[in-house]
Amino acid sequence: MTSTLQVVLIVSAALFSTGLLAALSRRHAIFILIGIEMMLGAANLNFIAFWRFSPQSQPPTGIMIAIFSIAIAAAEAAVGLALVIAVYRHYRTTNVDHLDQLKG
Amino acid sequence: MSSVAFVLIAVLTLAAALAAATLQKLMHATLSFALTFVGVAALFFLLGAEFVGLVLVFVYIGAVAVLVVFTILLTRRDVGKDRGVNWGGAFLAVAMFGGLTWAILKTQSVAIAAPHIRALTVRRIGEALMTSYVWPLQCVGLLLTAALIGALVLVMEEKR
Amino acid sequence: MSRWIIDHLWLIPAVPFAASLAILSLPNGRHKGAAALAIAGQIAALVLSFFAFLSTLQVSGFRAVQNFTWFTFGDHALRLGWVLDPLAAVMLMMITLVGLCIFIFSTGYMAGDRNFVRFFAYLSFFSGAMLGLVLSNSLLLLFICWELVGLASYLLIGFWIERPSAASAAKKAFITTRIGDMGLFLGLLWLYGRSGTLLFYDGGNGCLESAGLAMLGASAMSIALLIFCGAVGKSGQFPLHVWLPDAMEGPTPVSALIHAATMVAAGVFLVARVYPIFSLGAIDGVTSSLTVVVWIGVTTALMAALIAIAQADIKRILAYSTVSQLGLMMVSLGVGGVAAGMMHLLAHGFFKALLFLGAGSVIHGCHHEQDIRKMGGLRRLMPVTFATYAIGMMALSGVPLFFSGGWTKEEILHVTEHWPASRLPYYFLLAGVVLTALYMTRQIIYVFFGDRRSASRHAHESPRVMTMPLIVLSSCAILFSIVLTPAWPWLYGYLTNEPVHLEFARLIQPTLFLSLVLVGAGVAVGIWMYRKAGTKDRQRPADTDPLEFAQPQLFRFLENKMWIDELYARTVIAFSWMSARLSDWMDRHFWDRLVRGVGAIGQLFGTFTASVDERGINPGVDETTVGTRGLGRLMSAAHSGQIQTYLAVIAIGALALLLFYAWLA
Repeated sequence: MTSTLQVVLIVSAALFSTGLLAALSRRHAIFILIGIEMMLGAANLNFIAFWRFSPQSQPPTGIMIAIFSIAIAAAEAAVGLALVIAVYRHYRTTNVDHLDQLKG
Repeated sequence: MSSVAFVLIAVLTLAAALAAATLQKLMHATLSFALTFVGVAALFFLLGAEFVGLVLVFVYIGAVAVLVVFTILLTRRDVGKDRGVNWGGAFLAVAMFGGLTWAILKTQSVAIAAPHIRALTVRRIGEALMTSYVWPLQCVGLLLTAALIGALVLVMEEKR
Repeated sequence: MSRWIIDHLWLIPAVPFAASLAILSLPNGRHKGAAALAIAGQIAALVLSFFAFLSTLQVSGFRAVQNFTWFTFGDHALRLGWVLDPLAAVMLMMITLVGLCIFIFSTGYMAGDRNFVRFFAYLSFFSGAMLGLVLSNSLLLLFICWELVGLASYLLIGFWIERPSAASAAKKAFITTRIGDMGLFLGLLWLYGRSGTLLFYDGGNGCLESAGLAMLGASAMSIALLIFCGAVGKSGQFPLHVWLPDAMEGPTPVSALIHAATMVAAGVFLVARVYPIFSLGAIDGVTSSLTVVVWIGVTTALMAALIAIAQADIKRILAYSTVSQLGLMMVSLGVGGVAAGMMHLLAHGFFKALLFLGAGSVIHGCHHEQDIRKMGGLRRLMPVTFATYAIGMMALSGVPLFFSGGWTKEEILHVTEHWPASRLPYYFLLAGVVLTALYMTRQIIYVFFGDRRSASRHAHESPRVMTMPLIVLSSCAILFSIVLTPAWPWLYGYLTNEPVHLEFARLIQPTLFLSLVLVGAGVAVGIWMYRKAGTKDRQRPADTDPLEFAQPQLFRFLENKMWIDELYARTVIAFSWMSARLSDWMDRHFWDRLVRGVGAIGQLFGTFTASVDERGINPGVDETTVGTRGLGRLMSAAHSGQIQTYLAVIAIGALALLLFYAWLA
């Protein structure tokens, strides 16, 4: 029988995959960011799960990583959203299909 | 931990995530996104990392999701036509899930039972932050500052 | 003093050379300056030679050597040197004294010539080279000076460059002597190969000293004969005598200096100098090389004397006389009378120069007429010239007692008589003595006696600058006999390093009477044959030579130099022409085509490479470029610009990596 850790990891994997799906299949630029946030959340879940099931260390490394990860994710989300707004202002669209200036 | 609660919360989280990935109406999708993170935070609580869960709630739901709502509101004009189901992406996501699951199940070292741990107090986290992790703390502060300024610059009106 | 002159022997040739260079730097009109420089140089050389001569008198058997290294190659060093011994000293005195007289004479003779300056430059150059030849202690240095002397001869024979006959005579002289010089050079090389040194005297190691001679062995004869080739060419011996009469195309002072007194004497000097090589392994004083020398000398002496009888040009007679006398000297050397031959060389230098200068005076006085049949009766018109010429004639004919030529000729006859190998040369020489007296008498009668013919109508005596050297030389011719008489053979003793004492009894010798008789006979026959020369006598017309009238065929044969020139023209020269033409043809058609063929191969190669480049490499490079571009275009298609595509690719990659890692574990 699968252990709790494995289950949690599988849940986190599912969450990760869903995040990937979101990033790949939406046409609004924002949703790529949402997908990335979900993937990051899944990773955090992984860290916490491993922290829970591993010999405890002082300081609690898993917790630390998760905290920092969240902070960084926030910063990245802010910048990303600012980017989307800037792009919208310039190109008048958020449809990623139309944002192919880097084509070549 | 209680497996029923765990299963319920897990299902809730995944459903909300799926909804966020597929709902057509943007607002609905965004709110589902927020709900996903509620579920993740609950999972954190179950795993014993209460502080992190709360942080998650504050940051993600309180800040990121709100930001996303605002951005959607600000960039509303172009709706565009429906793209249809992205089969390639779906396939890839399923493949990713399958691969991960296979890897997880294959690995013997994660087939372990939950050990007993002492409670994670905020005190401990605070101590760790201020002593061993003081440098990363400072760096993150710097990073946040830079992100703040960067974001402001990016969205400033070019009215010169 | 003597030490100083021995250490500075090189000054003796260097001073005339320097004078020559200085004269060359003068512009063309400076006659006085050129003459002054040349004469000053010659006087300086004379003074230095006198000092050198004096220093050789101190010790009997004197020989001072001054060797130096010219350059080194590897282990070997090429060494040259100067030597001062009686042989060199007497030559120095004769060359400088005779040369000085001729220089002074030339200032008068060449006074009207436009190229006066060039003439004296060449004369000084010749003088320096001849002095160097005489003083050299190395066969190589001697050869160098030999060639320089030949060059000077060429330049001076062809001095009147506007005359084609002069130019071709100069060319003939140079080429004929070149043939001889080839032999000399081969002998030089062989000598160097066998004995390892070209120095004559080198403290015991020289090639003429016993150590060097011992290394020659059986090759001594061949080396000697090869060296003799050079002497044959330079001294006008048969068969290379043909250039000397033609050399009379040059100005008369040149004939006097070069082709009478000095340069032609160089051949005799050379034989005397390397005599030890000739006489190596002598049995009774006879070796094969010396025998060759004798026979060539005898042939030359007789042949030239015969030809001289039939010549009409005043200088040609003297030229053939020179050839004959040189033959006589060679005979003397060949039979072992080296001292006798050298003495005759010295005496001959004086009186032959005297005779040539006298002829020059005659030519000058007769306004450049040289045909003796057009002269006559100059005895009263040019008394000084006549007197000195007569003295010279008597010296040449060998009138004994007062005239140096007589003593030396007697000495030569004496040694030839006692040659163990054969008596024939002796008899031939006796005939030669008669012939010499005969043709000289003929010449004197034609030129100075009888009626005045066409050229002598307006003749006049030459200026003092020309007659003074004549007087000096004739005095020398007489005074020289003092040291030559057998009564007191001082010169003989000096040359052979034997003690000398006065003994009048030796004056009376059979040879003395014999030579008196022979000379008298020759003169008498000459007077009898030619007393009416130049005038009409019975059936003989005025301008026909008595001998020609009597024996026309013989005369024709002798007059045309025994047809030797024509023989050479038909054989040797024709052969040279043919080989030259053949070489030209080969060069033009064969070698040229060959070279062009090689060039064509190169061109072919070039064309091939070019086409390979054009057709093969260029398109290859172009195709590669196109392919690279296509590939690039292909790869750039992957950059769709779609963010989600990029993300998908990243995800695929991550998945693959994960699976791989998991599978590994």
